[in-house]
Amino acid sequence: MSEILELSAAAAAGAVASGELDAGELFETYRARAAADQLNAFVWVAEAAPPAVAGPLGGVPLAVKDLFCTEGVPSQSGSRILAGYCPPYTATVVERLAADGAPLLGKTNQDEFAMGSSTENSAFGPVRNPWDRGRVPGGSSGGSAAAVAARLAPWALGTDTGGSIRQPAALCGIVGLKPTYGAVSRYGMIAFASSLDQAGPLTRDVTDAALLYSRMVGPRDPRDSTSLDFPGAIELPVRSDLAGVRIGVPAELSGDGIEAGVLSAFEATLELARALGASVEPCALPHAPHALAAYYVLAPAEASSNLARFDGVRYGYRSSDADELIGMYTQTRHDGFGAEVKRRIMLGTYALSSGYYDAFYGRAQRVRTKIAEDFAVGFERFDFIATPTAPGVAFELGAKTSDPLAMYLNDFCTVPMSLAGIPAISIPCGLAEPPGGGRALPVGFQLAGPAFSENTLLAAAFALEQALGFDGALASSAGDPTADQ
Amino acid sequence: MSAELEPVIGLEIHVQLATATKMFCGCELSFGEPPNTRTCPVCIGLPGALPVVNARAIHFGLMIGLALGCELAPRSIFHRKNYFYPDLPKGYQISQYDEPLCRGGSLAGVRIHRVHLEEDAAKLIHIGASGRIHGSQLSVVDFNRGGTPLVEIVTEPDLHSPAQAREWLELLRATLRALGVSDVNMDEGSLRADANVSLRPRGSATLGTKTELKNMNSFRFLERGVAAEIERQRAIIEAREEVVQETLHFDPASGAITSLRSKEEAQDYRYFPEPDLVPIATTEAMLEAARAAMPELPAARAERFERELGLGADRAHQLAFRVELGDFYERALACGGADPVALANWVGGELVARTADGDPAASRVTPAALAALVAMVAGHSLSVTAAREVLDVLVAQGGDPETVVADRGLGALDDDAGLAVIVARVIAEDPAAAEQVRAGNPKAIGALVGPIMRETRGRADGAEVTRLIRDALGLEPLDP
Repeated sequence: MSEILELSAAAAAGAVASGELDAGELFETYRARAAADQLNAFVWVAEAAPPAVAGPLGGVPLAVKDLFCTEGVPSQSGSRILAGYCPPYTATVVERLAADGAPLLGKTNQDEFAMGSSTENSAFGPVRNPWDRGRVPGGSSGGSAAAVAARLAPWALGTDTGGSIRQPAALCGIVGLKPTYGAVSRYGMIAFASSLDQAGPLTRDVTDAALLYSRMVGPRDPRDSTSLDFPGAIELPVRSDLAGVRIGVPAELSGDGIEAGVLSAFEATLELARALGASVEPCALPHAPHALAAYYVLAPAEASSNLARFDGVRYGYRSSDADELIGMYTQTRHDGFGAEVKRRIMLGTYALSSGYYDAFYGRAQRVRTKIAEDFAVGFERFDFIATPTAPGVAFELGAKTSDPLAMYLNDFCTVPMSLAGIPAISIPCGLAEPPGGGRALPVGFQLAGPAFSENTLLAAAFALEQALGFDGALASSAGDPTADQ
Repeated sequence: MSAELEPVIGLEIHVQLATATKMFCGCELSFGEPPNTRTCPVCIGLPGALPVVNARAIHFGLMIGLALGCELAPRSIFHRKNYFYPDLPKGYQISQYDEPLCRGGSLAGVRIHRVHLEEDAAKLIHIGASGRIHGSQLSVVDFNRGGTPLVEIVTEPDLHSPAQAREWLELLRATLRALGVSDVNMDEGSLRADANVSLRPRGSATLGTKTELKNMNSFRFLERGVAAEIERQRAIIEAREEVVQETLHFDPASGAITSLRSKEEAQDYRYFPEPDLVPIATTEAMLEAARAAMPELPAARAERFERELGLGADRAHQLAFRVELGDFYERALACGGADPVALANWVGGELVARTADGDPAASRVTPAALAALVAMVAGHSLSVTAAREVLDVLVAQGGDPETVVADRGLGALDDDAGLAVIVARVIAEDPAAAEQVRAGNPKAIGALVGPIMRETRGRADGAEVTRLIRDALGLEPLDP
């Protein structure tokens, strides 16, 4: 069994294809582990393998973030208001992956409606980081990241709105790719902020990310107007050097506010990139420091509207404590939403209100445009832009729950790319001690490229990954994630 | 308050488009199916579902824009209009705001402010004695209607009387019907009108405080509702009080106007661009398709009826503004034999009077049969009275007029000798009337014609009878 767990998803798919490994045994191995999950990474686990489907994904089971709709299977987006909700249809991307041979292993825990950076905002309890169970896995796709890092799942699907794939990937020592906006269908993803949400892979290594992502993109989904035809196919990366690759490093996102240990791992990785033949130069992103402020206007504004449908009328939780309409709405939403969701609904409602729209929403949109222009200018000189993924390593449970702004700062380095709609990948680049001392924890290295540059981005990340030799198996040295501690 | 008060009226019209499917999903439109059977994840607002714009609805929107002479936006976008109500499954309506599909334009001198696309709400059914929300025990939602494509047409405040508002709305309805973009049925809600009403001293350029009268569901109620609101405002102004800006409901049963909400209670809809949809780029191909689909519009048709066929203005408008009448008329005309003016009078007068809703399709008369009937009257082989009787039969049973005439023995009495005998006898029976006719009283002849027509059961030609009477009395024939 442990030999199966050692296989990357791509290797497992290969073993299934060559007949060395039985797909049913593969599924059951992971199913049993997911069912014994002690990290609270899963909110639902399949009881048996679905009928086998031959395909390029080789029957390798897939963990899917709770917010993807899966027919007949709980899809709750981490919220009490959707507790027990089973949709009558399946999200396009989950459907495509299942058809290509990645059966649904389970649904993973997340921050409620993807709002959070620690997965502590889940109605179903916080997720533990497999490297240190006293610490958070990051968020909002914390369940997916923890499950992959702990080998409870071979690979997983997450979503990224302002960093929700990349930051938990960084904190859990795995690979996370946020695609170009529009590359993956959003149909069936329970929306947080429509103009930013993108589905992407969370995997053990870059090759797995490329393999899973290769089946997520494709012809545009006629059910998602904002989806696009991906130009060409995603190829498995083979590059081993970075000769001629120009990497820009924005001082705005790699200086102040970054933990020393993270910064040194980041800088060591830049040195490695140079050694592989890349040029590394400073790159200006003058508006990037304003990204977080713009993001926390735009994303809550969209969320305040996207979450209006949770009104107790048609599905999900409804308060029985009211005898008229407004009371029913109020009590249902009061009981059904957690504090962070309510905070963002209020922020967004305010930002869209008559008389405030131009000062908040309108202005934030202009900042967004400026940020996209900064990147466009940057990509005239550079192939990629590199930053630390998160300003720090995994923090302790409860450390930031009472300080929303400190929590929001986790997305400082990832939000600019989200606003610009460009792809970015986080790969583990080393370990660093947390500020208060203790066991060394993973650090993420973020590489961003122009829209639809995923192939070159994955290739460069692969070359770095080979040179870095990061050992993700170290996570399990903190203890068996299927055993109580 | 010495100055005369002038009503100023603008209309907001919602039109359900006759597309095959809903505005943002693939559900077929509903026509009385069991509740919640024409629904899908998109139109009941399930988590994760996304809208996709119906291309046909845009096509229809562009046709309406062309018909109203609007400026068609090369790029337009959808907005979300946010508010909570159980008939609105997403908590927002996808509508258009500051970048609508069409702007400007005019119809019959009334300027159009804008034309935009949006989705209809679902239908609330209130269970309880009154059937209205007040006093109901329970409300249930039928989402079949939810998501039906709507076009909202907003006029400038260019109308000045309830009758003018009604007539203009009738013209708009005829125009939309000619376009084939909607059923435009006010009873069934596929055409709904709100009116903005204010009063101002005649000659004043500034507008008074307006009220909005919601959802009048027939032409008659629109006219009555607007008239009632004008009178209500007039009384307020003449009492030297202020009209309050508010939204009102007109109850056609009682004639009462009640307040739905005041300006202070007006909602903040927090409009913002719909991030789930990309902008509509109106391409040259789309414009070309809309232009190619344009039929002759009622105003142009009325003008043609007057100019080419010699119809009077009222008759031309009647036939042109009711597409079904105009179509029937033109088909009958194409059968040949009938004079255009006479045929128009028969279609717009006798036939309309005999058919439910004035729709010839509700009768069994074919255009060819009516054309033949009118030709028979013109050729004096059938009296007008007899022709009316034949039309009764054709409406009820169909068939051709020659057969009906033959079967019922309704042919004109062309036997002058026989008719002359009857004329002579009637004159002999009423010498006083005969004397008055001789003395030149033109009305007196009716006292003689009546008994003759009765005796001949209407088969005699009126003109022929008049000629015979004058002949018998030794008078000159009248000028033809």
